[in-house]
Amino acid sequence: MTVSSNCVNCPAHNSANLVRLGIDMSNFDYVVALAGNPNTGKSTVFNSLTGLRQHTGNWPGKTVGRAEGAFQYNEKRYKIVDLPGTYSLLSTSTDEEIARDFILFGQPDVTIIVVDASRLERNLNLTLQVLEITDRAVLCLNLIDEAKRHHITIDDRLLSKKLGIPVIPATARQNVGIPELIKAVHSVASGEYICNPYKMKSQIKNVSHAVDDLEQKLKTEFPNLANTRWIALRLLEGDQRVTDAVKSSEIGNLTPAETENA
Amino acid sequence: MINKREEILKQATRYRWEIGENLHDSILESIYSEAANIAKVVVTRDNEKRKFDWDRWIDKLVTGKWTGFPIMFLLLAVVFWLTISGANVPSALLASLLVDTIHPILKSGAEYLYFPWWLSGVLIDGAYLALAWVISVMLPPMAIFFPLFTLLEDFGYLPRVAFNMDNLYKRVGAHGKQALTMSMGFGCNAAGVIAARIIDSPRERLIAIITNNFSLCNGRWPTQILIATIFIGGAVHPMLAGFTSAAAVMSVAVLGVFFSLIVSWLLSKSVLKGEASAFSLELPPYRPPRFLQTLYTSLIDRTLMVLWRAVVFAAPAGIAIWLVSNITIADITLAEYFVKNVNPYAAIIGLNGVIILAYIIAVPANEIVIPTVLMLTALTSNIAGFGSGAGVMFEMDSLSDTEMLLRSGGWTLLTGINLMLFSLLHNPCSTTIYTIYKETKSLKWTLISTFLPIAMGIVICFFVAQFWRLLV
Repeated sequence: MTVSSNCVNCPAHNSANLVRLGIDMSNFDYVVALAGNPNTGKSTVFNSLTGLRQHTGNWPGKTVGRAEGAFQYNEKRYKIVDLPGTYSLLSTSTDEEIARDFILFGQPDVTIIVVDASRLERNLNLTLQVLEITDRAVLCLNLIDEAKRHHITIDDRLLSKKLGIPVIPATARQNVGIPELIKAVHSVASGEYICNPYKMKSQIKNVSHAVDDLEQKLKTEFPNLANTRWIALRLLEGDQRVTDAVKSSEIGNLTPAETENA
Repeated sequence: MINKREEILKQATRYRWEIGENLHDSILESIYSEAANIAKVVVTRDNEKRKFDWDRWIDKLVTGKWTGFPIMFLLLAVVFWLTISGANVPSALLASLLVDTIHPILKSGAEYLYFPWWLSGVLIDGAYLALAWVISVMLPPMAIFFPLFTLLEDFGYLPRVAFNMDNLYKRVGAHGKQALTMSMGFGCNAAGVIAARIIDSPRERLIAIITNNFSLCNGRWPTQILIATIFIGGAVHPMLAGFTSAAAVMSVAVLGVFFSLIVSWLLSKSVLKGEASAFSLELPPYRPPRFLQTLYTSLIDRTLMVLWRAVVFAAPAGIAIWLVSNITIADITLAEYFVKNVNPYAAIIGLNGVIILAYIIAVPANEIVIPTVLMLTALTSNIAGFGSGAGVMFEMDSLSDTEMLLRSGGWTLLTGINLMLFSLLHNPCSTTIYTIYKETKSLKWTLISTFLPIAMGIVICFFVAQFWRLLV
């Protein structure tokens, strides 16, 4: 491989193709959702992608509702939706419901999960839940500088292998890793990178039979449905929104990403 | 098809009865344990190099039982002191440029173009001067106050304030996050009202919305700062003036927090009865603020936005002021007529007719209260040598001129104190009222949020005035 081809393949080179579109969201090709725990720097990532200057603050719960913006990369236009920060997607609060509903029913082409590298374990809780719902995601391992300061090192390649999605270390405040993030989003959106997302393996006490049975029934009823295990668990929990979606068969229209692209 | 879907749901319900209540916890447990397993293999911690943990140390100090509140007050006082002492010089410069230099040029320009007197009056003496005043009085303190406040926010101090206040809010039956919406209100009440969306329980959210007005907003800071500088700073030795007026402004701000607690308590014990709900608040790590970016965003997002709003409201208000002080009925202007009739009633609560009229004209934006007050005072007390005609807003060359004008208009220390109190306790501005309506979708709660503070303001000012007259 020559030096010049290395340059062409380097994300930093391609980031010259980034056009920040601000709030001009017309004619977008892909929808990108931005999820993550509170105070992990989602809004900072949002700003550096869109060129907008949505006010960021160092306190949890700063983003209320959702903010939208856009950017263009390699001739493709991306609409990006900044979701409220949540610790989980089990919809116990309005924020969680907004985030959950958007990822489930909004069918984003890519979901960027922004996590705090210095608090990875806690942040992975949300990451795993997102991966239960959607197949196409990119993990932004943000605040890597803070993790370094706390003498925490993260093997991002191993993490990527474990989760089955691209993992990009970043310090969004200094714009470090943002070009690589854009590249990863692009390759997932365009189907260049096929995610193989981690699915929860552990059997939950006493319910495996019920889950298996419901999953089987859901698969027969909605052959295109990808995340049947997750839906089955929601039904067992009595989640109203998901129950309604099954009743109205809205859930069957949520085609998995692969077929949608074909 | 429908039967099949119904069947799945029925089956799910049957299973739900079998499984019992612990499903949610079991799901969480399994998520936690899988997350822990992944983290275990990818994260390495170098514990040996671990140095002194500054975050912990600072947290112990700023959220400590004995140190938390004093540090909070101290920080607040430092911010006010920097704002008050830093804003004087640029304010005077702006005023001399916009009022002393540009205003005469505009006037002679209008004469040259043969403007009728009323047109140049309405446009230049009304609208333009109102704008000039708002810019010269508001821009400097905001350009200092907002960046400082944003730096504190960036650093991570706001959640610590919420942490300190949480216990107080819980005790009065409100949500701990109300401490955060209250902090937002210090910038802008409309923003604070919107921020109340972070509170899930409708009951607690309503309490947070109704009481947000007790956070002094940026439109009211200039009033507080100016009046405190003149009447309270002026009452002590010049060496202590800066410190005393900063302390006075801070006391009013703290009083506002106190009222928000009292009113929250009354509401949660009466019409909005209920228990405080629990929530978890993560204290984010301290982050070194990015000075330049903070300066930039706080200037663009807050200072200029707020200033723009003030400008938009100031121009029509300037026109209104010019009109009420130039339209006459039987040789008495509307303003004089109103002020003379209201004066005796206003005196009962330690204010005067001018202040009441100013607050009526300033419903759209609190920012223009002070210019209106000054102009109306000059007009109604018929002082020669001030301003350049009826309905002309003007900037005093110095604080002492402003003081002289107000004192000759019959103002005392009591008027100053009560104006500060009334500025804290009166209706929210029209933008905030509209926002409250949009957020609550209820006329009833909008009216309560609007009139409750006015009623409180009148009662408090009444008592202060009565005690003052008994004692002094």
